[in-house]
Amino acid sequence: MSLTVAEQIAQRQNGLAPSQLNNQRIPIYGDKATATSETKPLTWRLAHHDAVLDFKTHESLRGFEALKMALNQSAETTLNTIKEAVVKGRGGAGFPAGIKWSLMAPPDGGPRYLLCNADEMEPGTFKDRLLMERLPFQLIEGMIISAYAIGATAGYIFIRGEYILAAERLNAAIDEMIANNMLGDNILGTDFSFDLHVHTGAGRYICGEETALINCLEGRRANPRTKPPFPQVAGAWGRPTVVNNVETLNNVPAIILHGSKWYQDLPKAKGKTETPGTKLFGCSGLVNDGGLWELPFGYTAREIIEDFAGGMKDGRQLKAWLPGGASTDFLTPDHLDVIMDFDTIQKAGSRLGTGLIMVVDEAQDMVALVRNLEIFFQRESCGWCTPCRDGLPWGVKLLTAINDGAGQEGDIEKLEGLTRDLWIGKTFCAHAPGAMEPLMSAIKYFRPEFEQKIATAVGVSAIDAAAQAPLGEQ
Amino acid sequence: MKIVTDKAPKVDVASILTGDEIAAIHEFMHHYPHARAASLDALKIVQKRNGWVDDAQVNAIANILDIPVTDIDGVATFFNRIYRQPVGRHVILICDSIACYLTGYEALSAALKAELGIDYGQTTPDGRFTLLPICCLGNCDKGPAVLIDEDTYGPVMPEEVAQLLELYA
Repeated sequence: MSLTVAEQIAQRQNGLAPSQLNNQRIPIYGDKATATSETKPLTWRLAHHDAVLDFKTHESLRGFEALKMALNQSAETTLNTIKEAVVKGRGGAGFPAGIKWSLMAPPDGGPRYLLCNADEMEPGTFKDRLLMERLPFQLIEGMIISAYAIGATAGYIFIRGEYILAAERLNAAIDEMIANNMLGDNILGTDFSFDLHVHTGAGRYICGEETALINCLEGRRANPRTKPPFPQVAGAWGRPTVVNNVETLNNVPAIILHGSKWYQDLPKAKGKTETPGTKLFGCSGLVNDGGLWELPFGYTAREIIEDFAGGMKDGRQLKAWLPGGASTDFLTPDHLDVIMDFDTIQKAGSRLGTGLIMVVDEAQDMVALVRNLEIFFQRESCGWCTPCRDGLPWGVKLLTAINDGAGQEGDIEKLEGLTRDLWIGKTFCAHAPGAMEPLMSAIKYFRPEFEQKIATAVGVSAIDAAAQAPLGEQ
Repeated sequence: MKIVTDKAPKVDVASILTGDEIAAIHEFMHHYPHARAASLDALKIVQKRNGWVDDAQVNAIANILDIPVTDIDGVATFFNRIYRQPVGRHVILICDSIACYLTGYEALSAALKAELGIDYGQTTPDGRFTLLPICCLGNCDKGPAVLIDEDTYGPVMPEEVAQLLELYA
C-alpha cells in the first residue's frame, strides 16, 4: 500500500529516506531466517535492519569480512574471482565487470581511478537509490575491494543531485570508514591506499554515459567522449579509469566471501538461465504492489508482474511492457513468459536494461505514450552530435502532430527513417539509439494505432478542403 | 585591438562570496587532482545562498578555480538544476517521465499549476514557488513523484497538493 502525503510527511520527520517510505517493501527480503548472505547477497542485511547506517551494525552483519579476505590475497586473485563469477554490468549494458577491469592499462605508478556510476536517471529505475540509502557501507566495501583488484588510487561515487539523503548517508559512511582505517592511507595496515569521495551532479540524464560522467567529474560540460580510447586506458584526467554501476559493485563483497562458483550456481536453482547471480528486479506502472525484489536470475516477467507486484491494478489488462527502462524496446503480453535475463530478453527483441519492468495498461494510447518517452530523450540530449540534437526533436514534432490529429500520410515512414538514421554507429553515443528502441518497437507492435490517428486526421482535412472549395466545384 | 585572454577578469572574490562559501569551495578542490573539477560543486555551494547564481558569482568562481568564466558558465548552463536566473524560495520539480506518466503525472501537473497559478518555468508573484518539470526521480514504484527543495514525495494525489505546499512557507 502506498502512503498518503500526510503519512509521508510524518515518516520523513522521523528521518526516513524515500526508499524506506513504503511498508509493502518488507516482503522483498522474505523470511528473516532464510535471508542470508548466500541467498540474498545484495539485500539480506535488510532482513535484520530497515537500513544499515553505521559502521558497527554493518560489521555485526558480516561486514568487512570480504574486505579483509580480499586484502589478504593478491589483487590478481581478487580480480580473477570477479572475472570467473561473470558479473554482468547492472547499469544496463550487461558488460562483465571482470573483463572491464582486466582491460585496464597496466600500472605505471601514476593515479588510477574507480568511479561508481550512481547517476540513476533511466526512467523506471529506482534500485540504486535503495542500495545507497539503506546499505551505504556495502557499496563502499565493494568499492574498496574493487579498487584493490584494479590498483585504483582514488575513487568517486558520482551520484545524481536529487539523491540527497543517499549522498549524505554515503558521506557519513565514508567518514566512519576513514576513522576505522578502511579508507585513506595503508588500509588495515597493508600497502594499499585508497581515497573515496562523493561527487554530486545537478541533473542531466547523459551523465550516466560513462565518458560524459568523466567529463562531468572533471568539471566540464557532460558531453560524451569519443571511444577509443576507452576509459580503462585514458579516462578521468587522462588516467586509467573503470566506471561501474552501484548494483554491480554491491555484488563484489559476497563473491569474495563465497567464491565465483557459488555465484555461478545461484541461478541454477531455477535452472533456466545462464546469467549468474541475483539482481534487484522491480516493477512500476499501474500494478497493485510496485517495488523491488532481489531474485536470482531465472524468473519470468509474468512471475515478477503477477506474483511479486501483485498483478495489474483494478483488473486492468496488460497492453505492453518495458523490461528495463525507457531506452529498452516494448514487449507485449505474448512475451510475458520469457526469462528476465540479458540473453533471453535480447532474443525476444529488447534489452534487459536495468531489469525494472514498467507495465502499460490497455487504457494507454501508444502514440501519446511514445511521445512522452521521446520528449524525455529530446530534452536530455546533450546536443553534441547532429543526429541526436536535430533528430530527436523531429521525432517529437512528428509524434505531436500525429497525437494532435494533424498527422500526414508518410509520417510513420519518416519516424522509421529516424530509427535508422539515429541508430548505433550514426550517433556519438548510445543516447539516440536508446531513444529509438521504444519508438521502433511501438511502431512494430502498435502500428494500427499510429495509422488510425493519421487516417482520421487526413480524413478530416479532406472534408475541410471540400467544405472550403467554391460551391461550383463541389 | 583588444586582446582576449583565457583568464577570468580579476574580481574581488571576498566582496562577492562569503568566507564560508570560499572555504567550502577550497575544501572541494582538494577532492580532485585539478581545481576545475570543483566547478559544479562551487556552483552548487554558491547557489545555496539565493537559490540561483548571478554573473558576479560566476566570475568569482572562475577566479578561485583560475579557469575562464565561459567554462564556468558552460557548466552552469549545461545542468538543469543550476539556475542562472532568480527562482522562488522553493523549487518544485515534478517528474514527467514515463513511470509517473503512467501513474497520474498529467493530473498532478494540472493540479500543481492550478494551485500555484503558474506554468512551468514560472515563479509565483509572491516569490514562494518556482515550478519545473524534471526527468525520472527514481521513485517510480510510488509515482507520481515530486521533489520540493530537498524532499521527495510520492505518490502525490491531486487533492493532496494544497496540503503538501503548506509545508513550504
